[in-house]
Amino acid sequence: MKAAVLVFPGINRERDMARTLRLVSGKEPAMVWHADHELPAGTDLVVVPGGFSYGDYLRCGAIAARSPIMNAVRSFAAKGGLVLGVCNGFQILCESGLLPGVLMRNENLRFICRDVFLKVERSDLPFTRGYNAGQVIRVPVAHGEGNYIADGETIARLEGEGRVVFRYASPDGMIDPNWNHNGAINAIAGIVNEGGNVLGMMPHPENHVEAIVGNTDGRGLFAGLAEALEKAA
Amino acid sequence: MTVTEPKITPELVAEHGLKPDEYQRILDLIGREPTLTELGIFSAMWNEHCSYKSSKVHLRGLPTSGPHVIQGPGENAGVIDIGDGQACVFKMESHNHPSYIEPYQGAATGVGGILRDVFTMGARPIACLNALSFGAPEHPKTRHLVSGVVAGIGGYGNSFGVPTVGGSVRFHNRYDGNILVNAMAVGLAEKDKIFYAAASGVGMPIVYLGSKTGRDGIHGASMASAEFDDDSDEKRPTVQVGDPFAEKLLLEACLEIMEKGCVIAIQDMGAAGLTSSATEMGAKGDLGVTLDLDKVPCREEGMTAYEMMLSESQERMLMVLKPEKEKEAEAIFRKWGLDFAIVGETTPSKRFIVRHNGQTMADLPIKELGDSAPEYKRPFISLEKLPTIDAETVPAPASIADALEHLIATPDLCSKRWVWEQYDHIIGGNTVQRPGGDAAVVRVEEGPKGLAFATDVTPRYCEANPFEGGKQAVAECWRNLTAVGATPLAITDNLNFGNPEKPEIMGQFVGCVRGIAEACKALDFPVVSGNVSLYNETNGKAILPTPSIGGVGLIADFTKSATLAFKAEGEAILLIGETTGWLGQSIYLREIAVREEGAPPPVDLVEERENGDFVRALILDSTATAVHDLSDGGLLVALAEMAMASGIGARFEAAPDDLPAHAYWFGEDQARYVVTVPEAQVEAVLARARAASVLVSRIGVTGGKTLALAGERAMAVADLSERSEGWLPGYMAGAA
Repeated sequence: MKAAVLVFPGINRERDMARTLRLVSGKEPAMVWHADHELPAGTDLVVVPGGFSYGDYLRCGAIAARSPIMNAVRSFAAKGGLVLGVCNGFQILCESGLLPGVLMRNENLRFICRDVFLKVERSDLPFTRGYNAGQVIRVPVAHGEGNYIADGETIARLEGEGRVVFRYASPDGMIDPNWNHNGAINAIAGIVNEGGNVLGMMPHPENHVEAIVGNTDGRGLFAGLAEALEKAA
Repeated sequence: MTVTEPKITPELVAEHGLKPDEYQRILDLIGREPTLTELGIFSAMWNEHCSYKSSKVHLRGLPTSGPHVIQGPGENAGVIDIGDGQACVFKMESHNHPSYIEPYQGAATGVGGILRDVFTMGARPIACLNALSFGAPEHPKTRHLVSGVVAGIGGYGNSFGVPTVGGSVRFHNRYDGNILVNAMAVGLAEKDKIFYAAASGVGMPIVYLGSKTGRDGIHGASMASAEFDDDSDEKRPTVQVGDPFAEKLLLEACLEIMEKGCVIAIQDMGAAGLTSSATEMGAKGDLGVTLDLDKVPCREEGMTAYEMMLSESQERMLMVLKPEKEKEAEAIFRKWGLDFAIVGETTPSKRFIVRHNGQTMADLPIKELGDSAPEYKRPFISLEKLPTIDAETVPAPASIADALEHLIATPDLCSKRWVWEQYDHIIGGNTVQRPGGDAAVVRVEEGPKGLAFATDVTPRYCEANPFEGGKQAVAECWRNLTAVGATPLAITDNLNFGNPEKPEIMGQFVGCVRGIAEACKALDFPVVSGNVSLYNETNGKAILPTPSIGGVGLIADFTKSATLAFKAEGEAILLIGETTGWLGQSIYLREIAVREEGAPPPVDLVEERENGDFVRALILDSTATAVHDLSDGGLLVALAEMAMASGIGARFEAAPDDLPAHAYWFGEDQARYVVTVPEAQVEAVLARARAASVLVSRIGVTGGKTLALAGERAMAVADLSERSEGWLPGYMAGAA
């Protein structure tokens, strides 16, 4: 794995993400500044971490999506490169056109930080090969604007093409409005692009990779990615 | 001097919060009439908030040194040694008045200010906590204030990127017109890379960094030094607006230039902004400072020297840089998109000179600005001690079960999940114990060390007996850190009181500070930083005396830290410490008997220490499986919390014959803990307790899904949880 973690002004989970990548893959990721025009040579995974890029004073992720480095990310993704966006990273990927839809304010209009349960819808992606389809994992969320929405046609396509990868669920995997903390349509927590190589998700798997700090349910995502990239190499 | 400022009149002096004798002091000091800018500078430096003029003489009685202390009070924050070349930097500070006037921005900038205090010293912030006191739930403004303050704390900390891991929230009608927002920040630094405010070297460039200066917050520190009245809402323009994004950039830029060795001295611009930061750097370094205000980056056009010197615009820093590193530092700041301007230099003159538009607007003796601030020995009276309430005279509840169900759904005892879920408490990936326990535990980098944090005070005890209340606030904090297995190291104190010019309020202050000092000495728990907030009154009515204590403890291996949740069925439940059934000033007395009366529980500091050391040893050798300290609500509330945290129930022995049952279950005797241990360990633990002269009694066993007390109906743990979790969300939704 040769990961590049993007750093925009106001991003604040880049250290969490870098530590997790190091912990799981044993390799140090490159930290890439937003004003750079190119990804480091040999990059095989781009991670857009969480935070409040540019303070999120405009629409979340809107300014970061227009950074020089995002042009490089777009062409990397177009060639099938793996891109993971978490939280603000998901918002940035939506704003940059790499993923459809938009993240609105949480239904209750408050920031929410808590553990949620996610149903893993498919296990045949590099991002989810560490899990079984239908498996329920517990990972934290920490966001004020995670309420996913898109027009009806887009949602129908996402659902029809199996591009909803994670859904908010009850501990036993039932889709239930009581367990959908932010009101996202169809309880959508994470989606992939058409090629299946760009994943955006609101929850923070990078914060649940050690038993003593939360749990290890987030590890599967990174371990799966490491494995997939090793095979590809 | 050629100055185009208005004449100084007695009215103008009074508007600056300076008393006639204080103005005379200024005249004597400088030997002429001050300019308006100078008057503003004096008012900023000599108000209560910045000068501690009423409190200083008493604060000297606090113990501030110890084997772990690297830096005590007097710098931006306190610093303690946590071993392995690492230091923990922390402080708590109030933002009470602004938070009442504009709750979101008031609370947000409170968090921003305290974070700056910590990273100014070279530390990366690793945790925030807070202590919040709101008015009665039925007061028409309370909901709005809770909502705004919590959103503001979250809004700033979440965006800045520091986990808010703990704190406390209380409600009482004595805070109706004057809420308290006390914010604490903790940072981690290398022990030999701490940065201080003292400038050194003559002719060194003084650099202004961060956001631009605007007209916001002018006279903020003076506002914090005055009482409120019905027109306080008109002070809204003096509340600053926070920009956590700018602060995050400032953090990264500051840490980067510190790492590169560019910095000689650094001071954040907090209360009294440019005035206080520049004079402190000079005074501490025995140097003069000359500022050229034409160089200050301004947000608005046409700002006067007076306005620039008093602005409290946020996210700004002042630094003395090594001249040879100036270019390197500037490049780093430009990279982060921040303003960087050389606005002055250090001089050998020991004068504080401010120039603007070719004119000298101020020329003052720099050391005397701080050192010659008035200092008062205000008269104080201590109230007569309140009688001890005999538990036998306090009516019993209809049933103990009814009383418990009621108590755990009261505003002070209910779950505060609605609050802390709005704070990102996991960012950083090091939060081992999240909010809701006795203390938060945060791993230090890759471990195995962990730091524990808690904030505590019981204001009703402090009012009933300031000395015992001061002791209790420290003891409870020490106990909370102990209950997770940490060794308490040091505290920061945030002393919130009413108008010190009233002898009875001054009496509360003096009593509490003496109590804090006594407990800190007895528990080897020195004060390394703090803040005093006086004049917390509205229309002449003072808040409850509220000396918030923020404590830091160290645990060598964070994986050994204990939590309060029951861990397994069939484990023995042990009560550590003596139970006399003390109901005076208890939550039971207030909520069930509707009386706020009597003497508060006395604090035996020797017993605190012995019992705490005993419990900590049980945690560290992995004997204790769950641990909880006893405080508000007493024994049964603590047991219910342990059950609710786990979903596991328990059966309890009946209350001892020599105590009324309600006094046994709800009394608030101090120095107590509940621990669970595996059945096989009970005898050994009891033997250890006897050897250590610690009182331990076996009071029950874990198991089932209910709390079962002899002679009472069983209470389902799930039902208790629903009650405890339900009150605050229901209230905020407007239902309660």
